[in-house]
Amino acid sequence: MLGLAADRLRADMNRLLAFLFHQGILDEQFLQLQQLQDESSPNFVSEVVNIYFHESEKLLRSLRSLLMDREFSDYNRMGIHLNQFMGSSSSIGANRIRNVCVAFRAASEQNNRAGCLRALEVLEHEYCFLKNKLHELFQIQQQRVLAAGVRYPMQN
Amino acid sequence: MGLKLKQSYHHSVTVKVNEQMGTKRGYTFIQANRAWLPKFLLLWVMVMAFLSTWIYKKMDADNKVRRKEVLSSMCDQRARMLQDQFSVSVNHVHALAILVSTFHYYKDPSAIDQETFAEYTARTAFERPLLSGVAYAERVKHSEREKFERQHGWTIKTMKREPSPIRDEYAPVIFSQETVSYIESLDMMSGEEDQENILRARATGKAVLTSPFRLLGSHHLGVVLTFPVYKSKLPPKPTVEERIEATAGYLGGAFDVESLVENLLGQLAGNQAILVNVYDVTNSSDHLIMYGHQNQDGDLALLHESKLDFGDPFRKHQMICRYHQKAPTSWTALTTAFLFFVICLLVGYILYGAAIHIVKVEDDFHGMQELMVRAEAADVAKSQFLATVSHEIRTPMNGILGMLALLLDTDLSSTQRDYAQTAQVCGKALITLINEVLDRAKIEAGKLELETVPFDLRSILDDVLSLFSEKSRNKGLELAVFVSDKVPEMVMGDPGRFRQIITNLVGNSVKFTERGHIFVKVHVAENPKPIDDAKAESCLDGGSDEAALISGGRQFNTLSGYEAADERNSWDSFQLLVTAEALQNDASEKMTVADEASRSVTLMVSVEDTGIGIPLIAQDRVFTPFMQADSSTSRNYGGTGIGLSITKCLVELMGGHISFISRPQVGSTFSFTTVFGRLKKASRSDMKKSNAEDLPSGFRGLKAIVVDGKPVRAAVTRYHLKRLGMLVEIANNVKIAASACGKNGSSCGSKIQPDIVLVEKDSWLSGEYSCLSLRMLDRKQNGDLFKLPNMILLATNITNAELEKAKAAGFADTTIMKPLRASMVAACLQQVLETGKSQPGKGMPNGSSVLGSLLCGKRILVVDDNMVNRRVAAGALKKFGAAVECAASGKAALKLLQLPHSFDACFMDIQMPEMDGFEATRRIRMLESQANEEMNGDTEKGSGRKDEWHLPILAMTADVIHATYDECLKCGMDGYVSKPFEEENLYQAVAKFFKTKPISDS
Repeated sequence: MLGLAADRLRADMNRLLAFLFHQGILDEQFLQLQQLQDESSPNFVSEVVNIYFHESEKLLRSLRSLLMDREFSDYNRMGIHLNQFMGSSSSIGANRIRNVCVAFRAASEQNNRAGCLRALEVLEHEYCFLKNKLHELFQIQQQRVLAAGVRYPMQN
Repeated sequence: MGLKLKQSYHHSVTVKVNEQMGTKRGYTFIQANRAWLPKFLLLWVMVMAFLSTWIYKKMDADNKVRRKEVLSSMCDQRARMLQDQFSVSVNHVHALAILVSTFHYYKDPSAIDQETFAEYTARTAFERPLLSGVAYAERVKHSEREKFERQHGWTIKTMKREPSPIRDEYAPVIFSQETVSYIESLDMMSGEEDQENILRARATGKAVLTSPFRLLGSHHLGVVLTFPVYKSKLPPKPTVEERIEATAGYLGGAFDVESLVENLLGQLAGNQAILVNVYDVTNSSDHLIMYGHQNQDGDLALLHESKLDFGDPFRKHQMICRYHQKAPTSWTALTTAFLFFVICLLVGYILYGAAIHIVKVEDDFHGMQELMVRAEAADVAKSQFLATVSHEIRTPMNGILGMLALLLDTDLSSTQRDYAQTAQVCGKALITLINEVLDRAKIEAGKLELETVPFDLRSILDDVLSLFSEKSRNKGLELAVFVSDKVPEMVMGDPGRFRQIITNLVGNSVKFTERGHIFVKVHVAENPKPIDDAKAESCLDGGSDEAALISGGRQFNTLSGYEAADERNSWDSFQLLVTAEALQNDASEKMTVADEASRSVTLMVSVEDTGIGIPLIAQDRVFTPFMQADSSTSRNYGGTGIGLSITKCLVELMGGHISFISRPQVGSTFSFTTVFGRLKKASRSDMKKSNAEDLPSGFRGLKAIVVDGKPVRAAVTRYHLKRLGMLVEIANNVKIAASACGKNGSSCGSKIQPDIVLVEKDSWLSGEYSCLSLRMLDRKQNGDLFKLPNMILLATNITNAELEKAKAAGFADTTIMKPLRASMVAACLQQVLETGKSQPGKGMPNGSSVLGSLLCGKRILVVDDNMVNRRVAAGALKKFGAAVECAASGKAALKLLQLPHSFDACFMDIQMPEMDGFEATRRIRMLESQANEEMNGDTEKGSGRKDEWHLPILAMTADVIHATYDECLKCGMDGYVSKPFEEENLYQAVAKFFKTKPISDS
């Protein structure tokens, strides 16, 4: 019974991952990240991703506040934030977010406030989506860890 | 702000209107003189009236002159005739006088008596038509009277038939014509006129005439002609006395002028028209009328006088002619003039009407033009307004959506979540619509500008396809993209807009397609035709025979086997295209060189679907905004119908054009061309890394067999695998694949030994058993000598049952789901190959073990302000056995790197706030050089612990542009790694420093 559950969970996880790849939300960098996870750092991926979420939320907040300042938008600082965001996103393989960031940065370089707002909206949306999906993924992973007892995730 | 904007738009619009009015008002001559037109008409009429009067006058005058000429000629003719007749009569009387003198006086006894005379004159009367009669009177002196009376037997009587009183002389008539026999024996001298006549005649010896008087016997006016008769011959120049002395008698005749003239005139034409009067004008003050009535009516205005000469120089006569009636009004002249006037009037009026019409039309034209300009301006204003308004709407909408997204993140009850999600979905739909309207408006207002940045067309196509993968999979559609090899990897253009076009077309296709496939194909528009033709046969005789066998009859050679609207996309032409390109790439490097030379490349993109198609009647308004095929379309499928018009605009902005072929119930194929710039070769290699989607290079050189009965689909699969650098063979069915494997196995890799076999689900299902046998065959043949090829299933959608079956048949766990994307395929393959590798399998090239040995035990400092990056980098390096420390900023790194330190290497992020990587590196190098100088001093004395301080510093950067690399080197860095760590990349960078060192150390 336990084995069945584990199989189901693994299938679920594969499906979810496949979906994320199909949609271009994640790229192979995420796989690389997963490969970095081993016995010495069993929670490496979720750790990194949590840091990523934390940082990203900060960045998103400051981006929004920068943009909401109607009189004066500090495009330089926005660019710095976006570079950070882009860097961290590409590190965890959040491909779609990275692409949106590129567009966002292009808009901010042109001081195109409307474009920025649009990009920010997309960015926030993508971010939420990614967050939900990754949370889902980690939940499944945790369940797998529980179900498999000693087995570590992704060591199929 | 919006109001102000609008005002300025309005202002600009009016200015535009004015400008256009100014330039377009070209006044014509007529337009300029429009006020004068009625005056012109009046003037014209007056001139014409004057002209026609003049014509009338002229014609009338001509008429009068002619009339006068006619009158004078008639008059002269009559006068001449009268004169001639008269003179003929006079001559005859003269002859009579000579006869009398000859036969009465020269003969003795006289040969003439009354009887003879009467008879002779009667018989010669026709010679004297004008004379009523002639008579001869003898000169009798008083002394001879008695003798004379006795001799004749009668007494001389006066005109009043009384016996004559005594006179000096008498002139009794002795001979007379019968017509005037009543005057016989009458004394001519007793009549006043006769006496005068007789005296004058014998004095001159010529014929003389009396003035007109009423003749005896008739009451007509007449004149008497008298001729003298001499008894003896006169001397040659006789004096008056001699003449009187020689006179023997007088011959006289009475002219009845009235009947005479009447007779004469009666013989002539035009008698009625004119009125003739004959006057005796001897006494110039008192004209005696000879013929005609004194006071007769007639045209008094015009008369003609002709002189008459009756042979008597003493008497003067005159003929006066005038017309009976007044000159008739000349109708010809009158009608001519009148008609002329009328015609001119009409012509004038027509011209006037035309001018008025021209003026009116021109006015209308100007009005219309003005309206048109206004309408255009209004249209532009509308677009601008739309653009502004949509823009203004979008901003708060973004807020709403953002907030909704945040709201969804919070803890919500399921109902609340449902509501919020619905709101979000609606909001998204709304914002899509607004974006579309905005795009359309922007394009119309000419505000849309395309950017020109390098981008990877293939990855964009992959992205778009992945967007629709969910939908297409749910519908069971095949969704595929194929980009020909000739299309450059990176092009210059507007990726966003290109994506929008593709998204639009594919979105439409997905929306309207229920079965079959959607196929996006990109190739270079200029196809070298000759190569096509040349290779046509050579490539057809290969494997296509089997293909025709399998798919023959029921199916079409398209992606999914359904019929497509545009036959050009079927396998035959597609294959030609592919093979031609392949051959061309192999054969002629020149061609590519030429391609490089040209600055731009024209791509032909076609999106083919097997959907419901577009009804024929709707095909010509597909690109009109807000037009859908029919109103039921929007009911069934939703949408505003604005998408295609935007697409068209965008395509045209990109320098291409769009067209489509559609057959109802068969499908539609939209194709468009667009022009992109080429990248220069030098910059390409740099740009490639930074912008392109990085495909893992781990699969390079792997060999794969694709088993697919449908050649187009197989070609698509091959295209994706090729992008990963794999070598691909295509087999039409499993058997062929199996035999290929078998052959290879036995002949030991004479051809390819496949690492992977990709089997299309359809092919697998159709040839399930042979598939199994393939497996068996493999087992048997290979034994343990060769590793088994990984079998992977390709599917659009797959059920769990099928999945189980596939697993049982020996397929890998991971099924590659369509639509294919290179990166996704890569991820899946990686997963499959790794599971394979956990068995004996060969490691990855330059695998982690090598890197591990390089890095094992090294102390490495990672400097990055981005915590995530820091963590990932640290994780990656730790995995290879390195001891990692982290620093969050350049300053912190400097602190850690104060000499002496024990780090073996440093990975430095470039873009950091406060102190960036370059600056930090510069400072580290400064510290090192200081320390080295000091150390050099020390090394003289004691042996140095190390050669000198030089910490390898590697830049970490996301965008690896050449310039950045140069800058890295300039500020003292030793190398760089691109940011998301890739093993190979990391290895290459690290190897430089550590490879030699361990050896030297050990």
